[in-house]
Amino acid sequence: MTDAHAAVARAHRDEWARVVAGLTRRFGDLDVAEEAAAEAFATAVQRWPSDGVPPNPGAWLTTTANRKAIDRIRRESKRDDKHKEARTVFDDDPPAPVGAIDDDRLRLIFTCCHPALAMQTRVALTLRMLGGLTVPEIARAFLVQETAMERRITRAKAKIKAAGIPYRVPSAADLPGRLSGVLAVLFLVFNEGYLATGPGTDPVRQDLTAEAIRLTRLIRALLPDDGEVAGLLALMLLTEARRTARVSADGELVPLAEQDRGSWDATLIAEGHRLVRERLAAAAAGTAPGRYQILAAINAVHTSARDIRDTDWSQVVALYDQLVRLDPSPIVALNRAIAVAELDGPDVALASINTLAEKLADYHAYHATRADLLRRLGRSQQSREAYDKAIALAGNTAETAYLTRRRNQLH
Amino acid sequence: MTGAADTVLHTMGGDRAMRYLVSVIDDKDNPGSADRVPAIGEFNKRLMAEGHWVFAGGLAATDAATVVDNRGEQAVFSDGPFLESKEYLAGVWVWEAPDLDVALALAAEASRICDRKLEVRPFL
Repeated sequence: MTDAHAAVARAHRDEWARVVAGLTRRFGDLDVAEEAAAEAFATAVQRWPSDGVPPNPGAWLTTTANRKAIDRIRRESKRDDKHKEARTVFDDDPPAPVGAIDDDRLRLIFTCCHPALAMQTRVALTLRMLGGLTVPEIARAFLVQETAMERRITRAKAKIKAAGIPYRVPSAADLPGRLSGVLAVLFLVFNEGYLATGPGTDPVRQDLTAEAIRLTRLIRALLPDDGEVAGLLALMLLTEARRTARVSADGELVPLAEQDRGSWDATLIAEGHRLVRERLAAAAAGTAPGRYQILAAINAVHTSARDIRDTDWSQVVALYDQLVRLDPSPIVALNRAIAVAELDGPDVALASINTLAEKLADYHAYHATRADLLRRLGRSQQSREAYDKAIALAGNTAETAYLTRRRNQLH
Repeated sequence: MTGAADTVLHTMGGDRAMRYLVSVIDDKDNPGSADRVPAIGEFNKRLMAEGHWVFAGGLAATDAATVVDNRGEQAVFSDGPFLESKEYLAGVWVWEAPDLDVALALAAEASRICDRKLEVRPFL
């Protein structure tokens, strides 16, 4: 890659969201913003290798994209008078105000993650508008046909416009609820990367985990005082740190207890621990932690142990108890049981998950957990049946490989 | 100018006040309570005071509907609703609001007050 091409790639990573967000504010139209931004980057690809990389790539891209947008609006305003207003407003438009909460990207995030849009649509729109992923890339990530993904994004943009979904950071009263919706979108992107589903997909999609972390970092920069944003970032970093240790060379899932802890990413762990400590200090000062902060703290306990035997399981169970009070969902109860098995034994854990049978009947991790507990209790026949169910339900190739080997090892 | 431009552009729909049709959906198998009229009246007064009210009206039962089709050679009238379904339109509001967030916040209140599900749909 030439220097110019590297500069375009870097600018795309650093400036895409800012350019799209600024254009959206100026022109009040996501379609115009997206297309003009894409055209500006395409122009950079053509021009920078011969003209040289501009001293301020972000400013160059913004100016170029603005011109592209005006060209398009002028073209269309000949056919359609409605766009004249937008052109008039543009002529007087001042530069975007600087300052965290005024950042256009924050507006863009809340628009893309609006609760009036379907969850899958929020994910797609966020990856396109904020992440700068192309439609084919997003379609591939979620195993959807390109044309279907294109339609989904087009329909979403049309709904935003027709229904009057605002381009605005929600009011202070609505902010916590709306922000938790944004974090749910990012967590979903991360999890799809971390436990990619579907035959023929890589077991871990690093493009998605990296993108989720990058966008969460962006939100952290925009809302530095929010505990759940810090919690989610820490959770992602501490999970990502174990990524390479989590799948063996043969493509099999490696459970936490068997991972090579030396291959965990120490830099990511250090950053994650720093964030968790920051949140612990806030909790000590009286701010009740939310679910992402608690999950991050659980992961901090795991990543602090040099060996699985050094794990402070009573601390892990105590954190899960705290999480259960906040989120009494069966999945949290299941994860708590896995820690209980280490602290009080597999029989206690098994008894605690029996009540979840009905609610989690279709959840592969329920059957995988039961299979493991039954195996440790020497109940091979029942364990085998549970492994069979888990294998039938698991969508991740590495997980299926691991469960199959475990089942075949039963006596 | 800056302030005005910002206000205008923060709604993707443009500078017009949006109009929304708010459909009240009732369920024949699980109808909402029948004692909501006074509370809805109070809510309507508030909609008027805050400048959101355009129109409101409850609808008679679907048995009272007549379907008309005059696309062919002569007008055909048929007894009964256009669609026979468990869920049906029990009433409508038309509201004016600057954006969907305002309309949805009002609709969340209205749904509780009239004890029925609502559909919020923008006019073109």
